[in-house]
Amino acid sequence: MLKNKSVVSIDDVSDEDILEVFKVSDQMSKLISEGKKSEILSSRIMATFFYEPSTRTRLSFESAMHRLGGSVISVSEASSSSVAKGETLADTIRMADAYSDVIVIRHPLEGSARLASKFSSKPVVNAGDGAGQHPTQTLLDLYTIKKEFGKLDGLKISMVGDLKYGRTVHSLIRALSRFDVEINLISPSILRIPQHVMSRLPARTKITISDNIEEDIENSDVFYVTRIQKERFTDQNEYRSVIGSYSIDGGLAGKMKKNAILMHPLPRIDEIAPEVDYMPQARYFKEAANGIPVRMALLSMILGGE
Amino acid sequence: MVDKTLKISKIKDGTVIDHIPAGKALKVLNILNISEDVSSSVSIGIHVPSGKFGYKDVIKIENRFLEKIELDMISLIAPEASISIVTDYSIKEKFNVELPQTLLGLINCANQNCITNGNEPVKSEFETISRNPISVRCRYCEREMNYKEIQASM
Repeated sequence: MLKNKSVVSIDDVSDEDILEVFKVSDQMSKLISEGKKSEILSSRIMATFFYEPSTRTRLSFESAMHRLGGSVISVSEASSSSVAKGETLADTIRMADAYSDVIVIRHPLEGSARLASKFSSKPVVNAGDGAGQHPTQTLLDLYTIKKEFGKLDGLKISMVGDLKYGRTVHSLIRALSRFDVEINLISPSILRIPQHVMSRLPARTKITISDNIEEDIENSDVFYVTRIQKERFTDQNEYRSVIGSYSIDGGLAGKMKKNAILMHPLPRIDEIAPEVDYMPQARYFKEAANGIPVRMALLSMILGGE
Repeated sequence: MVDKTLKISKIKDGTVIDHIPAGKALKVLNILNISEDVSSSVSIGIHVPSGKFGYKDVIKIENRFLEKIELDMISLIAPEASISIVTDYSIKEKFNVELPQTLLGLINCANQNCITNGNEPVKSEFETISRNPISVRCRYCEREMNYKEIQASM
């Protein structure tokens, strides 16, 4: 059960919790589509600390809390907080602990959310820690796939792009390895999935590494594209050597199976051409929209209704 | 016939650290803060023939008995090291070092982007995930470090 628990890694969410998130997300989706608002968290306050830029994650967390009747207090950038004065994250979190019931944090350093959870008596939700993890994105990705196919088992899921620094991919692979899926990884050689991610997958995980994007796009059920993240490269020459190394245009997307879906955690730069947005396989905007019911589900499960 | 006799004299009271991988004795001395201002006698054998390892290093320290944290640090460099406690020229106790399950504040995370490498009021914390070969995982950023990376961080 997730009640009063921090969600720093997808490993903090059990298989049963994932199924419960799916179930509650369906209920929240229904609430949203009916234009209704819940008041189950009316006495609760969520504090958000976004020390890295964010649009979707921050807005969807805040929207989710508002739709559940809760309140939100936030720090939108490090430069406007005590961090700019040299305060440690530990002290910031100790303060937030007294001001709120749940803390949502995005931070450029890996392990920051785990540190926050050690200094907080309130649950901490990781909204992205450097190149580490992004468990709530994973939950909404899983929910999107489950909603489309009615299942996860038996699917072939290809992930394309920055697999080295892409925290959404790191979390998603870990979660998918719990299901009977075929995982296919496509990336420039310098952006391959790190060993520290691979070594944590169970031995039974069906995983292949490929560089044939045309063939893979034809036989995948889910094609998950990620952005090459300029901000993660310490060597900009390295970044320039891989930028634009793959791009999904209408011609390539047209090769996808009829019922296959194209996903992307967004923002995109040029990985998916705008013409693809209108193709039946494009699902990335729906995926982003699913962030609301999924985060509503998560917050309601963590904070409870009382 | 090759003379295989160990040319390091016995100690009266103190600690013998044996079966250190060849070439790692200086690193162990560094851990034990043994430098030019050391107050007790220290004998060091480097590249000593060993039946088990081919070659090994050995350190004998007079009048010094090691703390748990020092033994834990040694286990990261010399996972198969044996420790003998010597009293009045005879071995009173002998045991092997053992890599602890949790390493608290012993090494820095090799991931420069890990929050523990900043100015936060926390000690580094690692979980041992394999003893042979050595592999530990940061409890914050979850990166694994192998033997080579551990050496570099000490």
